[in-house]
Amino acid sequence: MARLPVSGSLRNQLVVSLIGGAALLALLLFLVTRNFAAQVAQEGQDSILGAAAASILDAAAIHDGQVEIDLPYASFSMLANASDDRVFYAIYRDDTFLSGYEGLDAPANQADGQPTFQSTEFNGADVRVVTDTRTLIGADDRTQIRIVLAQTQDQLAGTLERISRNAALLGAGFFALAALLSFWATSTTIGQLKTLTQSVTRRGPQDLSAFRKPVPTEMAPLVTSLNSLMGRLDQSLRQSEDFIAEAAHRVRTPLATVRAHAEATLQRVDKAENRQALRAMVRAIDESSRAASQLLDHAMITVRADHLTLQDVDLAELVGDLVQRLTPVADMKDLDLAFQAEGAVPILGDPVQIQNAVRNLIDNALKYAPPESTVEIAVWRGPRPNVTIQDRGPGFPLHEMDTLTARFKRGRNAEGTIGSGLGLTIAHDVAAAHDGALTLENREGGGACVCLSF
Amino acid sequence: MRLPVILMLMVMPVLAYAQDWEDRRLFNPSASGTVLRILSSTDTAVFAPIIEAFVAETPETGVEYLVTSTAEIDRLFRADPGAYDVVVSSAMDLQLKLANDGYALRLNDVAHPSWAQWRQSLFAFTAEPAAIVINRAAFAGRDIPKTRQDLIRQMRDHPEIFRNKIGTYDIRKSGLGYLFATQDARASETYWRLMEVMGGLGAQLYCCSGDMIDDLASGRLVMAYNVLGSYAAARLVPGGALETILPSDFPITMMRTAFVSKDTGASGAATGFVQHLLSGEGGDGGAEAPLPPLDSASQGSTIVLEPALMTFLDTLKRRRFLTEWENAIIQK
Ligand SMILES: Nc1ncnc2c1ncn2[C@@H]1O[C@H](COP(=O)(O)OP(=O)(O)OP(=O)(O)O)[C@@H](O)[C@H]1O
Ligand SMILES: [Mg+2]
Repeated sequence: MARLPVSGSLRNQLVVSLIGGAALLALLLFLVTRNFAAQVAQEGQDSILGAAAASILDAAAIHDGQVEIDLPYASFSMLANASDDRVFYAIYRDDTFLSGYEGLDAPANQADGQPTFQSTEFNGADVRVVTDTRTLIGADDRTQIRIVLAQTQDQLAGTLERISRNAALLGAGFFALAALLSFWATSTTIGQLKTLTQSVTRRGPQDLSAFRKPVPTEMAPLVTSLNSLMGRLDQSLRQSEDFIAEAAHRVRTPLATVRAHAEATLQRVDKAENRQALRAMVRAIDESSRAASQLLDHAMITVRADHLTLQDVDLAELVGDLVQRLTPVADMKDLDLAFQAEGAVPILGDPVQIQNAVRNLIDNALKYAPPESTVEIAVWRGPRPNVTIQDRGPGFPLHEMDTLTARFKRGRNAEGTIGSGLGLTIAHDVAAAHDGALTLENREGGGACVCLSF
Repeated sequence: MRLPVILMLMVMPVLAYAQDWEDRRLFNPSASGTVLRILSSTDTAVFAPIIEAFVAETPETGVEYLVTSTAEIDRLFRADPGAYDVVVSSAMDLQLKLANDGYALRLNDVAHPSWAQWRQSLFAFTAEPAAIVINRAAFAGRDIPKTRQDLIRQMRDHPEIFRNKIGTYDIRKSGLGYLFATQDARASETYWRLMEVMGGLGAQLYCCSGDMIDDLASGRLVMAYNVLGSYAAARLVPGGALETILPSDFPITMMRTAFVSKDTGASGAATGFVQHLLSGEGGDGGAEAPLPPLDSASQGSTIVLEPALMTFLDTLKRRRFLTEWENAIIQK
């Protein structure tokens, strides 16, 4: 059978789209988790910075117009962490630098006690900066104290790295699980298709009945159309068998009638040339009749080759029957039919077709063997069950032996005999339909030997 | 206006060249390789065994050991961080601020407990308590004070013994003195009462522990407050004239720290030196007054290496603290 052209694979498509989706989701999960965690971590640092800034502002006081800030030890102490992040600060009074690190500045754009945060760079390091203000009210003036407090982000970076690693693990785990699940889901889905395929393949050659086993909803339309296709196939097969039988009947009956008329006329005609013409006519009719029946037999085996009605048959019995039926024909030709069998030879085959094939082979022997000779027909059991038909005729023309089984091919020795050149073709096709073989040989001492094995 | 500026600019290099070192010594002068310039506040006599052990291990390296006060170290180093390879100082606050300001090189290969280092760039290698040192003769027949309270009581009860005979750091000049004073003040209000009493008795102010111990030994002082006991070790032989008291109310322990300059040209040798310092080799071998090694047991009283050390370095805070201190101790 020809290989079906294949475009893509459902399983691959499913796996790719499921795994692709899982990868996308895993990536999303990773990014969202990391971002969220980063935000939380940053909020943690911010809240400590904010508290430290507030505690510094708390320590500011104004005395006689003089600002005093008694920097609490705890303010910087609370910024100590395991990564030993660096701390910078600057204190401004109404935008005039008071103490701390000159150059560290960031605007506070909110009201007192409302810290503003930003990330920037100071002293060659990435820092998180908080700015907060406090308005001091003296005896006769108001002044604004602004604290700018900055801390490097080593600890945060460490935390982020840890979080990223965990988020990556989470994403990878999720992906692995999803990939596993998608493989599982895919193979279960494809499994349903496989089950269907198997039940189609496992069917007997004649089984064109509908599938009745329950299938998933999605596959129901496919199975329905498969069933309807098989229904139509079954019907058209039956129709063509009927047609062939009908055609055989229709062609042969009128030919027989015409032949009978021609024979009758021949009895009545005396003129030599008319008798000659009539004989030619009868002969042509015989040719046509033979051709029609051989054609129909050949058509039958061609149509049924793929779905033979296989059954247990005894090859010996089958051939024996046939020999018996053909004995009168042989007698007419003064030929002896010798039949020999090794007891019962059971095979699995289509009895009608096998008879057809063997009959054609015996036909040939009768046709090409000289009178007064014996045609030996034998059925053997092994190594493969076979039938051999041997005669003492002229044998097969040597250089034509390879081509004789071709359609309408007749040998040189067949000139003058009636025939269509389909006999060996039918035998060969029947053998092929049974996974068997047809072999042609010439016997030592003259004659043909044909072997049909199964 | 311009002339003085120009004059100053001309004189400055000369000044820098003519830097007055308290001490300056070249170890292993025949070294073929790099010569490490170590800026330190530790007396050469105390530190020499450590350096000698180091150059014995790495004969290709020489060491130029430069001694000056902690405050001077801070000033000199900030002015030219590339001129020195290693900085060793007892003023933890100034050291931490230098590291915080990015002057210290991160030494990731150095393994040191987290409480004894900061940012893997500032490393502590000694634990030295602030002590009260007394001249035993002056306390003959009386209880030896165990706490600051005891000391205050004794000074109030017997002012005649103590008048003009007590000493402490002039915290305006000494970085270590300032560190001890601020940590004292942070720990308890007792500090201020003590300063007031000492001020009332005409306390003598010193730049360095060594001088105080000299004067104690000679009898010019009967008591010195917040002295580095480790410096006096040589004279603290049992039964000797001096006795060290670690006040039991709240002891304060300083850690001597070292770091490698970020602009060093010899980071390999400098790192090797710091590693050698931390290993403790040579710290006690043969020294008259060995530097006390780190001791995790005394961690409770040890000044923590953290950014909070910068608190008292704040201009406003420092001004305020010094004013208060002057008011207490210099009574006119
Ligand atoms: N037993 C035989 N002895 C000699 N030649 C044979 C024999 N059987 C077949 N042949 C040769 O093989 C040819 C093909 O045989 P085949 O049976 O196909 O055709 P056919 O006998 O000529 O016609 P038909 O279709 O009527 O049987 C024959 O024409 C004949 O030349
Ligand atoms: Mg034939």
